[in-house]
Amino acid sequence: MAMTAFAPISLEALAEAIPDGALLAVPPDYGGVAMAATVALLRRGTGGLRLYCLPYSTLQADLLIGTGAVAEVEAAAITLGEQGLAPRFSAAVEGGRLTMRDSTCPALHAALQAAEKGVPFMPLRGLLGSDILANRPDWKVIDNPFEAGDPIVLLPAVVPDVALFHAPRADAEGNVWIGRRRELATLAHAAKRTLVTVEEVVEGSFFESEGSAANALPALYVEAVAVAPRGAWPCACPGLYDADPAAIGDYAKAARDEAGFRDYLKRLLDGRIAPCVLEVEPA
Amino acid sequence: MTDWRPEELLICRLADALAGDRHVAVGAASPIPGAAALLAQEEAPRRMHVTVLHSRRYNHFTDGGRELFDCAGQGRIDTFFLGGVQIDGQANINLVGTGDYPTLTKRFPGSFGSAFMYFAVPKVILFREEHSPRTLVEKVDFVSAPGCSPEGTWRRGGPTLLVTSLAVFAFDGARRRFALESLHPGVTAETVAERTGFAFDRPAEVPTTAAPEPARLERLRRTIAPKVAEFYPVFAERVFGVTEPAA
Repeated sequence: MAMTAFAPISLEALAEAIPDGALLAVPPDYGGVAMAATVALLRRGTGGLRLYCLPYSTLQADLLIGTGAVAEVEAAAITLGEQGLAPRFSAAVEGGRLTMRDSTCPALHAALQAAEKGVPFMPLRGLLGSDILANRPDWKVIDNPFEAGDPIVLLPAVVPDVALFHAPRADAEGNVWIGRRRELATLAHAAKRTLVTVEEVVEGSFFESEGSAANALPALYVEAVAVAPRGAWPCACPGLYDADPAAIGDYAKAARDEAGFRDYLKRLLDGRIAPCVLEVEPA
Repeated sequence: MTDWRPEELLICRLADALAGDRHVAVGAASPIPGAAALLAQEEAPRRMHVTVLHSRRYNHFTDGGRELFDCAGQGRIDTFFLGGVQIDGQANINLVGTGDYPTLTKRFPGSFGSAFMYFAVPKVILFREEHSPRTLVEKVDFVSAPGCSPEGTWRRGGPTLLVTSLAVFAFDGARRRFALESLHPGVTAETVAERTGFAFDRPAEVPTTAAPEPARLERLRRTIAPKVAEFYPVFAERVFGVTEPAA
């Protein structure tokens, strides 16, 4: 018996599916950032987002924060990596316009792992004596119930409203190829809804062979897929293309001040900053 | 006049600190530690694993970003590198920013995995090129991860060394204090004292950090630099003039 056919939706429809105020979970720059969808989201106009970065974010978070669309960020870092500090993030924190819930990478993973398992919390080593812990009233320290005199931190499970990421491809059934970027599976398992952009949709099913099945995120975790070629640019799409340091550098330079950011944003939303456009522009 | 670059001196010194390790991991924004780990691997007499988190080629984790931390939690990583916007005399590190939290005067990216890795990894090498009173402070403005923990806190190890553009310090966890171990060629102890915001022990005679040997420099430039170009292209081009990553 045939399943109801899988059909990708448009990038605009995918952006529409992210409600204002959502707890939106996103991967790091090496994991497949849905940049084209982020631009579509900015075109639509959004606000009050709470970003949950697994475990940090680069351009995507800085852009969203710069537009004022983000109320709160939980992350281990927001940075432009080799291209320097994330300028709009730093300005928003220093200006008191953004609530930053400082965390540490394994805590961001562990809280989603608790959600994956459907358990209320996850213990994590470390953290004791840090100002991260001191500023997280939502975390608790208990004495190890199996061995007294061993304090350990408990993190409540985090269930994102929406997980959003970019992957190389989906198959005809809507299964998504994530390769070894297993944090994408963590995001999808933990979130209530998962929205994915892909470079392309291919024939057949990844479950036809063990090799490709090992790379797949089953469609049962994925609410919708939109096709967006070069959809992670200027971040990397693992296995297909690297990050574009020059393009991220252009952003870093432009976003140093508010006026430069606004100008960059306008050009971005007008479609004047895009992978295909940049490729034909003279150096 | 020297025939090596300051970055090459640091890479060689850090590589020395990795001798005997079975698994060295290198995290975010760490081109010099990354190069040092690959150099140490190249020179290791027995098999040594190197994980460079930001690399496709030199990161063999297949369970997502969490595997680094799970691996460290199990005790499978011998050495990790951490840095800091500020590092203080008790080896507390701050990657969050300066001024009063949460708004701060100057916000930096964030703590990354430091608040876990500092506890889980037996040997943590602190690395910060900038050696100044604003980076090496008496007390950090925000503790991303503490250098020392009270008795009864689960902790496998902690800081062993602090390497900067001027000098190498060793950390004594029992005394919670750094001691000047060596000065890089051309650097005086007075300069280090002036540029260090925390008190530290200073032997009467401070040795000089060994300059890289020619054969080692050759190895670094020919074999390691192209590997580094795969994961830190900007750095590899600036320091080594290498633009083509190793195959």
